[in-house]
Amino acid sequence: MSFLEYRVKFAPTGFAKVLYVNWSLYLLVCACATIGWLMLYSISGGDMQQWAEPQMKRFGVGMVLSLAICFTPIWFWRSMSAAAYIVTFVLLLVVHFFGAVGMGAQRWIDLGFIRIQPSEFMKVSLIMMLATYYDWLEDRKVSRLIWVIVPVVLIIVPAVLVLMEPNLGTTLMLVIAGASVMFAAGVSLWYFGGVLALIGAGVAGIFFLRGTPWQLIHDYQYRRIDTFLDPSADPLGAGYNILQAKIALGSGGMAGKGFMQGTQSRLNFLPEKHTDFIFTTLGEEFGFVGEISLLTLYAAILIFLFWAAMQNKDRFSSLLLIGIAANFFLYLAVNLAMVMGMAPVVGVPLPFLSYGGSATLVLLLAFGLVQSAIVHRLR
Amino acid sequence: MRRPVRDHEDSARRINRRALFMGGCMAATMAVLAGRMRYLGIDQSDTFSLLAEQNRVNIQLLPPARGLIVDRNGKLIAGNEQTYRVVITREGAGDVNLVLNRLSHLIPLTEGDMARVLKDIDRNASFVPIPVADRVTWEEFSRVSLNAPALPGVTPDVGLSRLYPRDTDFAHVVGYVGPVSEKDLAEIENPDPVLNIPKFQIGKIGVEKWEEDVLRGSAGNRKIEVNHVGRIMRELDRTEGKSGADLTLTLDADVQNFLQVRLGDQSAACIVMDVQNGDIIGAVSAPSFNPNLFVRGISNANYSALMEDDHRPLANKVVQGTYPPGSTFKVVTALSALANGQIDVDTTVYCPGYLDFRGRKFHCWKSGGHGKVDLARALAESCDVFFYDVAQRVGIDKIADMGKTMGLGQRHDLPMSAISEGNLPTKEWKQQRYKQDWRIGDTINASIGQGYVLASPLQLAVMTARVATGRQVVPRLIKAVDGIEVPAAEALPLGLETSHLDSVRSGMTQVVNGQHGTSYAARIDNDAMRMAGKSGTSQVRNISAAERETGVVTNNDLPWKSRDHALFVAYAPADAPRYAVAVVVEHGGGGSSAAAPITRDALLRVMTGALPDPMDYPESQRARIDTMLKELRLRRPDGSQPPEIKA
Repeated sequence: MSFLEYRVKFAPTGFAKVLYVNWSLYLLVCACATIGWLMLYSISGGDMQQWAEPQMKRFGVGMVLSLAICFTPIWFWRSMSAAAYIVTFVLLLVVHFFGAVGMGAQRWIDLGFIRIQPSEFMKVSLIMMLATYYDWLEDRKVSRLIWVIVPVVLIIVPAVLVLMEPNLGTTLMLVIAGASVMFAAGVSLWYFGGVLALIGAGVAGIFFLRGTPWQLIHDYQYRRIDTFLDPSADPLGAGYNILQAKIALGSGGMAGKGFMQGTQSRLNFLPEKHTDFIFTTLGEEFGFVGEISLLTLYAAILIFLFWAAMQNKDRFSSLLLIGIAANFFLYLAVNLAMVMGMAPVVGVPLPFLSYGGSATLVLLLAFGLVQSAIVHRLR
Repeated sequence: MRRPVRDHEDSARRINRRALFMGGCMAATMAVLAGRMRYLGIDQSDTFSLLAEQNRVNIQLLPPARGLIVDRNGKLIAGNEQTYRVVITREGAGDVNLVLNRLSHLIPLTEGDMARVLKDIDRNASFVPIPVADRVTWEEFSRVSLNAPALPGVTPDVGLSRLYPRDTDFAHVVGYVGPVSEKDLAEIENPDPVLNIPKFQIGKIGVEKWEEDVLRGSAGNRKIEVNHVGRIMRELDRTEGKSGADLTLTLDADVQNFLQVRLGDQSAACIVMDVQNGDIIGAVSAPSFNPNLFVRGISNANYSALMEDDHRPLANKVVQGTYPPGSTFKVVTALSALANGQIDVDTTVYCPGYLDFRGRKFHCWKSGGHGKVDLARALAESCDVFFYDVAQRVGIDKIADMGKTMGLGQRHDLPMSAISEGNLPTKEWKQQRYKQDWRIGDTINASIGQGYVLASPLQLAVMTARVATGRQVVPRLIKAVDGIEVPAAEALPLGLETSHLDSVRSGMTQVVNGQHGTSYAARIDNDAMRMAGKSGTSQVRNISAAERETGVVTNNDLPWKSRDHALFVAYAPADAPRYAVAVVVEHGGGGSSAAAPITRDALLRVMTGALPDPMDYPESQRARIDTMLKELRLRRPDGSQPPEIKA
């Protein structure tokens, strides 16, 4: 379905757009972000300035951008897909060759006032690109090999760049989110079956080639996997993060220790407690009730996204919404599995809670696209 | 490009189908996540709560204040002083080198100190305080406090450390404390956790060691909340410890000081006992050392000086030194002969100056001989032949029995280190020790306290007290614990006949007060305080027959190490005994000349309760004694040491 077929007259214009925005979705996002600010306030021991305030400012800026995107017609964003993809890809290359090294990985471009993490932006650009691609592609060609290879290349090339940073978590998210869009677009299940088989072989290879000169992943990545498989083996070394995170979550019990009463986080036993491990503080201070509440918020957001995708008659919009939903889900699922000791520690933030600029900004931009698709859908 | 509507609708349906499938997968995953939340937060909550608590709470021991040791009049012997030290933490200091450099201008710091601090700082977590200087003076301490703004991370710190205000006077009896060593910990079963506190002081020798359990007290503790690197965030709970109990010793600090000064730098020991209850009023070994040096960490130079001194300042000669008791042992020989009926008070023996036993000559100290002597004269003039003769009749085993009754050859249970048992030889002992038969010659030697007989000054004092009272006096050093009197053991009668004891006592009285007594020069010229005693001069070398022919070399002509040990035991007043004294001067020469005057001074000091009055001395000696007493550098009433008098 092309731009020319858009029956634009059915889309709201002007101030009427405000009425069509899914404000409930934004409300849920704000609720998540508020929980994040509370946790950041608590973790810093009641200091607004340390984390909570910068994070609120970032959210504010992101929200403004999100609304700007929201009120811009979706067909404009579709026409910008290729450009966004190319620009982000170039940024990835820049990071690869000139980027700043932090935490043992080359991830940022430091512009002085802001650090840009292009791999985060790639998550959205890739989904936009793929949705555009399938919007353009005739439905009957979707499962043909030649037309499957194109999106696979679109996914793999940036994924390899991100993997080389190295950033395993984001790589996995790029691949899985991209695959989700392909899946939703209707690519034959045989391809997915084949890829899963290949992955199985790859995993076997990773373990089999360990310690040889041909080993496929970094030593620290092996250690993370080891740690994940047996965290208690090295409680003060690599397993420390997972063990302390589990202690924090477990000691929260049903209702938690109370706001600002979490001993694990306040006494610094928790690692990365304001970024990737922020969920542990939530679990410690608000217990099972708090954890489930957050999960419910996330579930509600996902339901809204899928509802919007299924309601939308526009193929680009539907695929974009599904892709963003998949991406959002991957953020939270990988992060939660990781802090609860069900997955290896890969650097994936918890959406809207973890302290950090790029992830929050990218998520808000993505939700801007979501709202734009909702506002400008064919009615 | 146009697409048929149908195509578009098929596609939308497929998208919806697949979206639903994906949504289902996500829901399932989230259910698993929720299950995990439940498992951690509810099912395993108790386990993890416990772990979180263990993470958070540390228990820290608070060292108790060590009990004080005071003398019988409450004068402080061992106390605790506040010590000032300077500590530094890495996290506070930032640039440790810079701060140390500044600090070195305020307090003396050697290159070695700085290197040690830097090493310790590297080795420990950044919040751990590393001692830079221990025991800084108050001036240095205030200088550091005053300059605190320029010294980030530097904290002046106050702690308690043992202090012996009377330094040398009680070194041997009370001993000293020191930081717990690995060796100490290995020796103690179930060590008190307080011992693991760094630099915690425990008794190393003497009363400090043997009364450790009483003095130490029990540690308090505080529960503290710590963060991930162990830094203290706040105190949760605090239980105060219990200070150690205070000990009151039977010793008199002033008597102790008098004796210490009186012995001077001779290698000697002196002990004063209250014969009525066994209280040890004074126990001094000379030369002495300053126990504070050990508490503060003695330097190598000081330590080797103490170790290499041939007068052995570190040894507690009162209980540890064993000497052939020489003629002082004649008291035992006499009592055993009397008790076994081999002699009576009037038995006489002829002394030609030697005893010929199967061709071997045993000499009396008086080469011309004493002629016909009875027991009293034999004691008074210390005739050897008399005892050679009676000892043969009694036999060594009976003599040893009597020695045991009098407190020799046994370990008296006192809280002091290295208490020796001495030796009372018997036939069986020699067989066991040397695989040789006992010879009569051995008995003859033993009868005058030579040969195999060995006794410590403590044992000799006990012997004297028992002769004086006829009771089984047991020595006692701890008078009270925390102000509660330790009851003195009741002294049971020895079971000896009074007439026998009286004859020995009168012999001992004659030793000092008889015109011909060996120690007549050391008499007390005051009837109310007359002393009774027995001198002893024990050889540390064999005198060959050849030397005896040409004349025995006098002590003054011999090297110090070869001179005789001088001994004297005495009690006073002779008529109503109150105090017993034993003095040994190693290589001091004759007992009467070297040891008896000290004994007299000691007895007069305890009987008068003040510096002896020259009027109590024989008239001819008064001027000399007066000068000597005035020159004694006794501690002032406030406990301080008087300045050295320039000769």
